[in-house]
Amino acid sequence: MFENVSRRNFLQVSAAGVALLGLAGCNGSNYSAGGSEGGSGSIKVGIMGPHTGDNSSYGLACLNGAQLYFKQLNEDGGVNGKQIEPVVYDEKGDATEAVNAYNRLVQEDGVTGIVGDVTTGPTIAVAQASVADNMPCVTPSATAADVVTYGSNYFRACVTDPEQGRVMANFASEQGYKNVATLYLSGSDYSEGVNAAFCEEAEALGITITSQQSYAEGDVDFKAQLTNIIATNPDAILVPNYYQDDGMIVNQARTQGYDKVFLGVDGWSGIYGGSENYAEAANLHDCYYCCAFSSSNESETATAFVEAYEAEYGEAPTNFCALGYDAAMVLANGLAAAEEAGLEPGSEDYKQAVIDGIASGTVEGVTGSISYEGTGDPIKSSLIITFAEDGTEETFEVLEA
Amino acid sequence: MFFTQVLNGLQLGSIYALVALGYTMVYGIILLLNFAHGDIIMVGAYVSWLVMAQLGLHPVLAIILSVAACTLMGVLIDKVAYAPLRNAPRLSILITAIGVSYFLENGAQLVFGADAKVVPAYTDIQTIQLGGLALSFPSVLTVLVTIVATVALTIVVQKTKLGKAMRAVSEDMGAARLMGINVNTTISFTFAVGSALAGIGAVLYAMAYTQANPTMGMMLGTKAFVAAVLGGIGSIPGAVVGGLLVGFAEVIVTALNLSVWKDAVVFLLLIIVLVVRPTGIFGRTMNEKV
Repeated sequence: MFENVSRRNFLQVSAAGVALLGLAGCNGSNYSAGGSEGGSGSIKVGIMGPHTGDNSSYGLACLNGAQLYFKQLNEDGGVNGKQIEPVVYDEKGDATEAVNAYNRLVQEDGVTGIVGDVTTGPTIAVAQASVADNMPCVTPSATAADVVTYGSNYFRACVTDPEQGRVMANFASEQGYKNVATLYLSGSDYSEGVNAAFCEEAEALGITITSQQSYAEGDVDFKAQLTNIIATNPDAILVPNYYQDDGMIVNQARTQGYDKVFLGVDGWSGIYGGSENYAEAANLHDCYYCCAFSSSNESETATAFVEAYEAEYGEAPTNFCALGYDAAMVLANGLAAAEEAGLEPGSEDYKQAVIDGIASGTVEGVTGSISYEGTGDPIKSSLIITFAEDGTEETFEVLEA
Repeated sequence: MFFTQVLNGLQLGSIYALVALGYTMVYGIILLLNFAHGDIIMVGAYVSWLVMAQLGLHPVLAIILSVAACTLMGVLIDKVAYAPLRNAPRLSILITAIGVSYFLENGAQLVFGADAKVVPAYTDIQTIQLGGLALSFPSVLTVLVTIVATVALTIVVQKTKLGKAMRAVSEDMGAARLMGINVNTTISFTFAVGSALAGIGAVLYAMAYTQANPTMGMMLGTKAFVAAVLGGIGSIPGAVVGGLLVGFAEVIVTALNLSVWKDAVVFLLLIIVLVVRPTGIFGRTMNEKV
């Protein structure tokens, strides 16, 4: 669900990065954590992401998820009897820092695989740098198409923005919606990407797109667009944005008398019951969005994960914690394949074996079954989430890939 | 659909008008562009959030406390920041106003955090059905309240003694003082009335858009400033007409699916007025006094 960091944010992030760099001096920020310490019987893997700065909530969530997985794996005996030793670097949300962190992981720490990076911009930089080393990497959460296109060594655990649009188009068709309108954020890769893919897929499925309206960053008044949309009498409105905007749009549409369906994507996660209730509970009827993970999902793996996560960190896991956990699982699956072949860690053959292992394997993650078919994009199921009368999230259905 | 869009324009324009009234009154009396005025709205929205979401008190109390807090804040800002500079060059006081604006924005960010806070609904009524047309209740209420507030303000300024004093101070501060008018009280009263209108605007804004964040007053204040200048700064009917113009311009541009150009159109409107009629629609041509 990440788009490129906007210019203003970029400045803030870089400024924060520079400031922190100054504070940290030359110490770096290697805070290797968890698991048993070094030794010949261990496999080093890198975990990187923005653990400080603007995007730190995402980075820390992925980190927690990945570390939990490696901890559980080590308790179960590790991979081929070897313990996984995670090496953690903070790249502060900055592409240059991310490449530095990558180089340290590869050259100084000698890792055999990496979970990361987290946001799109830095992940693209790391993806480009990693091609020459053929280093197996799994990003939990970078959704831009580019990320996995530089080499065969990069994989992701999440689905892309356009894929979410296609998922929702299929859902709309399944539910029998004939006319659908959309309201997206102009200038956002995320929102526009989902919108374009949704419209293309929906029209191919025989759904009429009655109106495509857009708004600008920072807008709070959506009534003019909604008036246009409601005049076309749609069965559903697609709102592919983040939860603050989604909440305002839903509230305003309901005040204008629209009582039918809203469709959303993973940016909706957090619209109700998180830090704030961005939409009134009474307005969230007939809202459906797709995402990778929800603590409302009652599958066995998901329930076990939620319990373990709460025991470890004392809070409920988010979408990103689950994706971090699954990315670690995907990487460990590749490592297992290389270990089985009895190869020497760090060798070129070993790295290729890890990549082949990931590409040909299937893991049963907490966000569903994940497999790969020739590209770094996963084939995986999606959850459709809806809301109960009191606003709490409910899993409506699981859409298989 | 046409009627709904007209209501959308009226509602947006009414909020701009309420804020523009405060701008125009303060400018009229001490020739100060009070750039902190937009941030008073932000304070009002946060007070509503505090009272309802944090303390769980009744919405009516939230409305009263929001308007009271804004009024108090306006008077306080004048006493602390502007009154000591009454005889200073106008540029100093203008820069002070910008400083106050930053102080309020960053203060709010420090106290409440940078994330948007959700102001709970003041009422359960969401829509009004009118002959098969579903009208947004916050929109209808905003338009009605603005009409009442503007009429009340006009009566205060034209018919009451304090209103007469305000007009006198705005004509000539020195002469007004010689006539026995308490200039400082009159200025405080002007800030109080302007800020109370901003408080009403804050409640209506929070009702329609349900979120409060530290920088929400910035763009709102700028747009209201444009509205005040369009209408002719210092003129009360001008502020209302200017506000409605800006509101309608935004809704028309958005309804044409060109929302990205919305701000550009508003500021273009400002440039055109400044070039063609620098005193604004209702502005008087000022004659330099000798």
